[in-house]
Amino acid sequence: MTSLKVFVIARLLLVIPTILLLVSLVFFIMRVMPGDPVIAIVGMKAPPERILELRKALGLVDESGNPIPLPIQYFNYLANLFRGDFGRSLIWGKRPVLVEIMEHLPATIELAMAGFLVSIILGVTLGTIGGWKGGKMSSAVKIYSAITYALFIPWIGMMLQLLFAVWLKVLPVGGRIDPGLEPPMITGLYLLDSILTGRWDSFVSALRHIILPSLTLGLVISGVFSRVARTSVEEIMRQDFVIAARARGIPEHRLVVHILRNAFIPIMTMMGLQLALLMTGAILTETTFSWPGMGTSLFERIEYRDYTTVQGTVVFFAIIISVINLVVDILYAYIDPRIRY
Amino acid sequence: MMYTFRPILVKLVPKVRLSILGWAGAGMVALTVFLAIFAPLLTPYDPTKAVGPSLQPPCWEYPLGTNKIGQDMWSRIVYGARTILIVVLLSTVISMLIGVPLGLISGYAGGLLDRILSMIMDAIYAFPSLILAIAMAAALGPGILNTAISIAIVYVPTYFRMVRGQTLSIKEQLYVEAARAIGANHTAILISYIFPNVISIITVVFTLSVADVVLTEAALSFFGLSVPAPTPDWGFDLKAGHPYLLSGYWWLVTFPGLMIMILAVGFTFIGESVAEYFQAREVRT
Repeated sequence: MTSLKVFVIARLLLVIPTILLLVSLVFFIMRVMPGDPVIAIVGMKAPPERILELRKALGLVDESGNPIPLPIQYFNYLANLFRGDFGRSLIWGKRPVLVEIMEHLPATIELAMAGFLVSIILGVTLGTIGGWKGGKMSSAVKIYSAITYALFIPWIGMMLQLLFAVWLKVLPVGGRIDPGLEPPMITGLYLLDSILTGRWDSFVSALRHIILPSLTLGLVISGVFSRVARTSVEEIMRQDFVIAARARGIPEHRLVVHILRNAFIPIMTMMGLQLALLMTGAILTETTFSWPGMGTSLFERIEYRDYTTVQGTVVFFAIIISVINLVVDILYAYIDPRIRY
Repeated sequence: MMYTFRPILVKLVPKVRLSILGWAGAGMVALTVFLAIFAPLLTPYDPTKAVGPSLQPPCWEYPLGTNKIGQDMWSRIVYGARTILIVVLLSTVISMLIGVPLGLISGYAGGLLDRILSMIMDAIYAFPSLILAIAMAAALGPGILNTAISIAIVYVPTYFRMVRGQTLSIKEQLYVEAARAIGANHTAILISYIFPNVISIITVVFTLSVADVVLTEAALSFFGLSVPAPTPDWGFDLKAGHPYLLSGYWWLVTFPGLMIMILAVGFTFIGESVAEYFQAREVRT
């Protein structure tokens, strides 16, 4: 077997205990709640039938109302998850949690991708300029990286809303698209679907709505990229081939291409590491811009104390992040053989 | 039995020289601490009570305006500094109290215990931090201690990993072997020979993670999962002011968010500066 195959198999085996630990963590977190979760949901004065019904939905008691011991609850929970059963929502027609998640997932993916794009363009451009010019420019980019890292997403979002939506009135304040303009569902990504179906009015509307949220998310994450781009460009600039190229009189604009090509691997490594941050950032961005994704849904369900949906969403996030990390690791091993261990 | 030999590396508080950026950060944090300590002297009103007209723009009487229920925003901002600093301090202490001893024991003992602890910590570390904190806070319910615990859990692995790594290399040092040779038991070695030498790494982890802790607290209170309602809290005020933004009541969101940012940027600048100092020292030696 080649070393790549060995690596992929070892990495695949490692993801199983990680996911198992994560979902167990969520289970025990949701069980450490002080007091009775059911009373917390419906209040003290709820009729006993409703309380019993909720206890069943949460997997706390069996059909005849006898309490299920914790180890069995845990086993049932794992078995259900394994079958892809995330439970049912406690409110709104008790729909399956997985269906609710899948409804909100495309919006989150669209926002995350747009934000990612903005952050890479902003970060890599600024970082390259900083590393290239050096001196004061380098320090300025350094401060930019530090500040953007510490930005509080909802506040930046609100300031952009205030400026562009309330005062200048050039962009919508929130939402994903103007009502009635939703393109036919193909991928669930409005921008892509409207292009595929040739609905230009939908495309313009979706684009206008995504500008502020993706700018907010992109700005906050761009600091990480500007830092990596700056340090790696600075490092490459000191290498012999750059000095040699300069000595031969290669024009600067052609040199940039060579330097960026060499800076690509560290920047790409950073991209993979930022996906978790991107998910967390998306949650806060969504809530600020009423973007109908998983973050907004999580936020709503916490307010309604819909514990099964909250638990399901958190587990889903944990699994997604583990899988993303897995894919990123394998991709790196494929691109850079030194990474395989 | 007496141990007269003390490791040379002992430094309880590592000496750090801050850059200009670091001093700027220290100034921002000092401002917040100043507000928190002298809150009663700086505010004319009770931050939890309605003291003026609803939605009054900033004016002489109410320097940062009032909110929907007529609470004075300036008083809420000043007292809000207390809330966030207490939660940040408390959660940091909790994560250190759990992460540092576990890291020491795990690194020192090695074997199966080390493997299991490392695996659990890695799993928590891999979890997107804000989502973990949200799940914890939603389960525990509101309150200062509960919020601090929810945040602390997220940062335990950070302390654990760094302390464990440091312990692994320290336990191979000659002076630890010497201590063992003169008959020191494991507890004594851990406490008086290894622990003093991980303190500087704890400082670095603290300065690098504390800005994150601030942002996590702000996010939890923005989600309404931090302290209960009348308590002044920046993240909560930001959320509460958001619906009025559309009608142009800008002061409700601008100032609480600005304070969150000043505190987080301040800590980040200090962290950058401290990390740079230690990196430079590593290169020199």
